Amino acid sequence: MESIVAPRAAQSASDDAADSAVSVVLAVPHMVCGGCVRTIEQALRASPGVAAARANLSARRVAITFDARETSSAGLVGVLQNEGFTAAEVIDDGVAQSVRQSGLLGRVGVAGFASANIMMVSVSVWSGNASDMDASAQTLFHWISALIALPAIAYSAQPFFASAFAALRGRRLNMDVPISLGIALATAMSVFQTMRGSDQVYFDAAVTLVFFLLIGRALDESMRFKSRSAAENLLSLKALIATVIGDDGVARQIQARHVKPGMTMIVAAGERIAADGIVETGRSEIDESLITGETLPRVVSAGNRVHAGTINGAGPLQVMATASDDNTLLAEIARLMMAGEQSRGRYVRLADRAARIYAPAVHVLGLLTFIGWMLAGAGWEPALTHAIAVLIITCPCALALAVPAVQVAATSRLFGRGTILKAADGLERLAEVDTVVFDKTGTLTDGDLRLLDSDAIAGNVLAAAAALAVVSRHPYAQAVVRAARDRGLNVHPQSGTREIAGAGLVADRGGDEVRLGSADWVGVQPDRRNEASLWFQRPSFAPIGFRFEDRLRPDAVAVIGELKAAGYGVALLSGDRPEAVAQAARAAGIASWQGGATPGDKHARLDALQRDGHRVLMVGDGLNDAPSLASAHASLSPSTAVDISQTAADAVFQGGKLAAVADVLKVARAAHRLALQNFAIALLYNVVFVPMAMAGYVTPLVAAIAMSTSSIIVTVNAVRLRTMTLALPPPPRLDRQRGVE
Amino acid sequence: MTVLAWMLPAALALGVVMLSAFFWALRNGQFEDLEGAGWRILDDDIAPPSPKESPENGGRSHG
Repeated sequence: MESIVAPRAAQSASDDAADSAVSVVLAVPHMVCGGCVRTIEQALRASPGVAAARANLSARRVAITFDARETSSAGLVGVLQNEGFTAAEVIDDGVAQSVRQSGLLGRVGVAGFASANIMMVSVSVWSGNASDMDASAQTLFHWISALIALPAIAYSAQPFFASAFAALRGRRLNMDVPISLGIALATAMSVFQTMRGSDQVYFDAAVTLVFFLLIGRALDESMRFKSRSAAENLLSLKALIATVIGDDGVARQIQARHVKPGMTMIVAAGERIAADGIVETGRSEIDESLITGETLPRVVSAGNRVHAGTINGAGPLQVMATASDDNTLLAEIARLMMAGEQSRGRYVRLADRAARIYAPAVHVLGLLTFIGWMLAGAGWEPALTHAIAVLIITCPCALALAVPAVQVAATSRLFGRGTILKAADGLERLAEVDTVVFDKTGTLTDGDLRLLDSDAIAGNVLAAAAALAVVSRHPYAQAVVRAARDRGLNVHPQSGTREIAGAGLVADRGGDEVRLGSADWVGVQPDRRNEASLWFQRPSFAPIGFRFEDRLRPDAVAVIGELKAAGYGVALLSGDRPEAVAQAARAAGIASWQGGATPGDKHARLDALQRDGHRVLMVGDGLNDAPSLASAHASLSPSTAVDISQTAADAVFQGGKLAAVADVLKVARAAHRLALQNFAIALLYNVVFVPMAMAGYVTPLVAAIAMSTSSIIVTVNAVRLRTMTLALPPPPRLDRQRGVE
Repeated sequence: MTVLAWMLPAALALGVVMLSAFFWALRNGQFEDLEGAGWRILDDDIAPPSPKESPENGGRSHG
């Protein structure tokens, strides 16, 4: 014990000496190999003020102790950024920590120790039975077994007892009830038989059961823990930015947590409100479904109160912040993002129902076995032994684990690669997809656009366009604002700006209308339409075109090729001008495309596809994609998308790579396959072992091993998904063989 | 038979030693980063987390 206490004492002493020493944990999701660990630790230790840095490769995090007088956590994030790693302070919702604190590993150790030693004693007894062991030695050995088993069971089996007790108190049955009953009956009967000096002793069975079941639980727990901490890492990186207007009327972007009461925020259409506040100007609809569960949007105008975390649906708003607390917002987003892992998809619900029906059946089967053997005149001892074996064998563990374990493994794999799965049954729907429809700007192409030839645009024009653009989250609008800022222009937001999805932005300026948007909507002559993607129209001036460098994402061609090679249908639907869409479609290798599509056109096209029997995966990022994302069979959104699209999508992927689209499909298909396999394993196990146990061919020890092995097998089968190399299989042919892969 | 009289306690005692070693490792955070530990073996450049050595070590590193 001294060795544990001593370093802690030393550490606290040194903490007292340097009271400015601060510890921080940074999430570094792209730390994936030993080389990264080394680079990160060396870079941090070489930077001034850092006392210690220790990277954890499994958690993708680094713990740093530093001197607050010399550096800050923001500075350390900068150090890692210089090394090419994105990092952020971990937002700890405390859930991951509480998972790890359950101490399952220690219980596994104790149960393992006990089962090994009891087995050793049991083997002596069994071989003694065959040779010359006398009854008193046998009883002594049984007492030794009891001495090891009782404390070990009391300690190790607590999770099962606690869960069973909680279920019984709530007048429910769960899978821990028959387990606990089996363990308790086997132990009590063994103690009684030991006192009587009989040889019907099953301490080995009870302890082995606990040991193997705990291994399964520990595997499941470590998978959940990894998935949790990966999700927390992603959430930490999800910088929450708010646009605020300073006293000088200039719009600036700041971190949501730095919003102070009294500041005026601009909330673009489709954007999440960063802090509680009161609407100053503007009129919009607020989607509060996340907080109130109310699905109909609430209409707000000046004077109405709005809450952090809700989504501004219709038009830009100016909101005066009344609170600076971003905890509600983060908690809401965390809850939203975690929903995927916790969710009860169709298969999970099916497994739940099966387990719920099955749990009472287990007890009835056990009782029937006991009564049956009693009636057959076997005596109460063999009858009870067989009943215990049936109780243990029929426990629906494998069945109850079969699907949730796959779900956790799949979300964990996706989280680890930067994709957040949000929808409850998202995996199942993704597995059924046979057609993928992409949006162009910001989805097929890079989200970070650059305005071309911005020098050719006069400063006052650029500033006026940016004044409209600043209230929008569209990639083109954001590029205009960036270009204006890069030129050193102050962006004063134009009050009364409205956003029309799929068209553009419009504002009244002194009775005249200014528009920034698509060529059609702005009213550009047909012969000039091909010159630019975005047009700015002021009264009595010719429209001015803005051109953008609209590059395909670097792996777009490869991903589209992979999807097509596997047999998926691929289409491109964009609101951009047809020429630009045609060019992007040609470059990406997509034969089926449509340009100039309004949100309604996109929706109609998806409907037509789905009516033809296709299951469509929509990949999009814009305000105009939200309706199609919601109506498609499954949907994906990049993390640069407007919040309303991210909320509508089943999954959100980070980073500049389109490979996430193919990856999500692969994981979904593999998860579907593994869930079916697990069901089959659980079913096969029950069909084989239940009749054998009822017929009395299975001793409690064999039952314990068989049952816990079956649950370990399904868990390991699911864990495989985390590291499996996956290829994209051909899409399911749902129209011909519905439901069959 | 009599051999079991001392073999069993001896085996149990060994088991208890192993179990306490396991608990020591568990409390000491040896299972916190299983992936990273595997890589650290291969890397002789990583200095122990001591503040004095780190700048010097950073300068000496080969890559």
